[in-house]
Amino acid sequence: MKRVKFTTTLAAIALALSTAGAALAADVTLLNVSYDPTRELYTDYNNAFAQYWQKKAGQKVTVKQSHGGSGKQARAVIDGLEADVVTLALAYDVDAIAEKGQIKPGWQKELPHNSAPYTSTIVFLVRKGNPKKIKNWDDLVKPGVSVITPNPKTSGGARWNYLAAWAFALHQPGGNDVKAKEFVTKLLKNVPVLDSGARGSTNTFVQRGLGDVLLAWENEAFLAINELGPDKFEVVTPSESILAEPPVTVVDKVVDKRGTRKVAEEYLKYLYSDEGQKIAAKHYYRPINTKIPIKLAKVKLYTIDKAFGGWQKAQKTHFADGGTFDQIYTPAK
Amino acid sequence: MSAPIHTVHSSKSPTGRAQTEPPVVRRLLIAVALIFLALFLALPLAAVFSQAFEKGLTVYLAALKEADTLSSIKLTLITAAVTVPLNLFFGVTAAWAIAKFNFTGKNLLITLIDLPFSVSPVISGLIYVLIFGLQGWIGPWLQEHDIKIVFAVPGIILATIFVTFPFVARELIPLMEAQGKEEEEAALVLGATGLQTFFRVTLPNVKWGIIYGVILCNARAMGEFGAVSVVSGHIRGMTNTVPLHVEILYNEYNYTAAFAVASLLAFLALITLMVKSVAEWKVRQQLENN
Amino acid sequence: MKFFKRHNNVLPGFGVTLGFTVFYLSIIVLIPLSALVFKTMGLTWGEFITTVTAPRVVASYKITFGAALVAALINSVFGVLVAWVLVRYNFPGRRIVDALIDLPFALPTAVAGITLATIYSPNGWVGRFLEPHGIKVAFTPLGIVLAMTFIGLPFVVRTVQPVVEEIETELEEAATCLGATRWQTLVRVIFPLLSPSILTGFALSFARGVGEYGSIIFIAGNMPMVSEITPLLIITKLEQFDYRGATAIACVMLLTSFTLLLAINLLQKWSRRHAE
Repeated sequence: MKRVKFTTTLAAIALALSTAGAALAADVTLLNVSYDPTRELYTDYNNAFAQYWQKKAGQKVTVKQSHGGSGKQARAVIDGLEADVVTLALAYDVDAIAEKGQIKPGWQKELPHNSAPYTSTIVFLVRKGNPKKIKNWDDLVKPGVSVITPNPKTSGGARWNYLAAWAFALHQPGGNDVKAKEFVTKLLKNVPVLDSGARGSTNTFVQRGLGDVLLAWENEAFLAINELGPDKFEVVTPSESILAEPPVTVVDKVVDKRGTRKVAEEYLKYLYSDEGQKIAAKHYYRPINTKIPIKLAKVKLYTIDKAFGGWQKAQKTHFADGGTFDQIYTPAK
Repeated sequence: MSAPIHTVHSSKSPTGRAQTEPPVVRRLLIAVALIFLALFLALPLAAVFSQAFEKGLTVYLAALKEADTLSSIKLTLITAAVTVPLNLFFGVTAAWAIAKFNFTGKNLLITLIDLPFSVSPVISGLIYVLIFGLQGWIGPWLQEHDIKIVFAVPGIILATIFVTFPFVARELIPLMEAQGKEEEEAALVLGATGLQTFFRVTLPNVKWGIIYGVILCNARAMGEFGAVSVVSGHIRGMTNTVPLHVEILYNEYNYTAAFAVASLLAFLALITLMVKSVAEWKVRQQLENN
Repeated sequence: MKFFKRHNNVLPGFGVTLGFTVFYLSIIVLIPLSALVFKTMGLTWGEFITTVTAPRVVASYKITFGAALVAALINSVFGVLVAWVLVRYNFPGRRIVDALIDLPFALPTAVAGITLATIYSPNGWVGRFLEPHGIKVAFTPLGIVLAMTFIGLPFVVRTVQPVVEEIETELEEAATCLGATRWQTLVRVIFPLLSPSILTGFALSFARGVGEYGSIIFIAGNMPMVSEITPLLIITKLEQFDYRGATAIACVMLLTSFTLLLAINLLQKWSRRHAE
């Protein structure tokens, strides 16, 4: 029995090696390491880019995708996952990779618009008919409203949610950091479950039927409606929210080693073309080219830089150990 | 000779029937056990299948035939095919050393063998990243020589070996200890070599332990999620095992496909049943022929 | 090799098998785990203490170890019952039930978590009947116990089952002949025979529960101080690129589990000697 097993093992290994060999023989492959909500966007975009590149350079390009929580993905790249390009949720995560020398400092200036070819924001997903009449951020802190959002310690998306609420309170008449913290504390009191990732929260809201409102990326909210039933949910766009700029960049160490710099750079540049921008718009991102028509509501958007002094500072103040999020949940001694 | 099969026992001791609880107690115990299992095992299983077949057989089969699904199945099979024989060999050797000999530090050794059970899957993946990752001990050297361990198949296999490490040894050690070493000693006195003694005397005695051990090891190897998730890199069609692929499908709101693929792993339990039944049947035949 | 001093024995193969065991153990388990310790040593002693005794971390120990203890106790009681029923009694569908036991191993932990949440959430198959009575399972510490019970059950059943199969019915017959009631036989004869394996099953189920992550995060609710498990805090540290903090907490968990397993292994040895 053991001998049979062993031969099958050998056969299996041989098979694995031969298929790996075949993949190497193909023209060129790129690995795009991205965060969770971009799966559908990049599945579409990769096809479009492959066609474009075939026409332009006569080369067949296959783009492999890897998705997961933004921080986890950044860690994988730091620890040696050979990503040619990263397209993550926050600049903070790309900075972490750059800190280890795999990406050149100043990466954010390499591409237009802070290396963010599309933007997004945080909106509300509510149950059909909006039974709790949720219109804006201040409706979320009312007693009896149950809010679903993931844990900002483990989810990049949740950090945007948290900061959006904070920024809203900050910009109210007489708003300051103390008031903002009170506001967010009240909001978190209404949160019954903190999932570890954005999609986990969506599933809790949709599948488990928990909560009256889900805080989500705009594109995620629309995707959830399309995938899970327009008859069950609707999107509410608050009057103001935060401007999320998910950055893209090549991983210098990897592209130089693999000799894929040219195609990797083209891959990212093509995101800024009309074609790329249209695909982003189709998946409910906000393209930076304002000529591309979008179906999304107008919102007053605050930037991380203006409201919080950049990601490094925001991370340290709010989400690092002992930051405002921890303070809210740790009982006072 | 103790063949640990219920049917053999009862045929051996005809009065055995009298040695049981009154029918009322018996039925009550069966009922309690079944209710417990229904709540904890049958219901989840039913939930998996009901969601897998929610949209009919065609959708179910289509989900399984998808290219990324097939490649994840292939990777999982390869992983199990490498992991199980290695841990089987280790389990048998370790059990021989531990059960048949007395030495100082034995309890420590057994505890160290148990250790992977108690290590959080998150950690079992992380330790390999700490060693083979680019920031790890030998990561930079590996990268220079273009050898990929983590975020590739070898890392997935390593993490799986770690997680399933104790299974075979854990099943065999108590069994072989219980059986003592008189039979082996007798065989040696009668002139058998060490290996002959092992294959002719020891192995038949621990057959059931081995089968249980292999079944558990295999099930866990195919089903491991946490540890593999850390070392996989999640590259679609390349480094996704079946459990990881299930998570991806679920996160894409493709619930039917997710549960369809998950049901494959549930089927594993049923295949296990078949293997065990066939084996039991063969042993019974053997005994009847003698 | 001085440590593993062998005692007199005629059987061959001690050196080879023990050598290989220690070698394989080192390569697969010990050396990788030592990476954890080395990484943690990047912290000063003060930093280490601060990290592992932070209020949220301490709360998570209580939840994790407490829930694992409850789950292991539930499993010890019901696992033994299940093993006994499966071996000793004949009932329709016995073999199918027997096969079901391994399900928690085969089912990926994420699927287990999602499925349990589906069943026990307020709108789930079972949860909807519990909700009106004020019993909340999913997204509470009870959910953690539930998930840990699910993943730990096979450990108890599968360690006890072979021992039940091994029990010679002659022993029970002898006890009966000597005038023992069935209950006395169970308590005085059978239970001592089973107790080492029950202990092992308990220890393994507990240890597995403590480390479990994948299934729990889907059903726990993950509220800080209330239903946040220690492995989740490790992940949280990693998300901040704080590898040392993560390994520090991991070391504490590892040491606790190791001590517990060692204690139980020694206890088991003692109880076996006691039984003889």
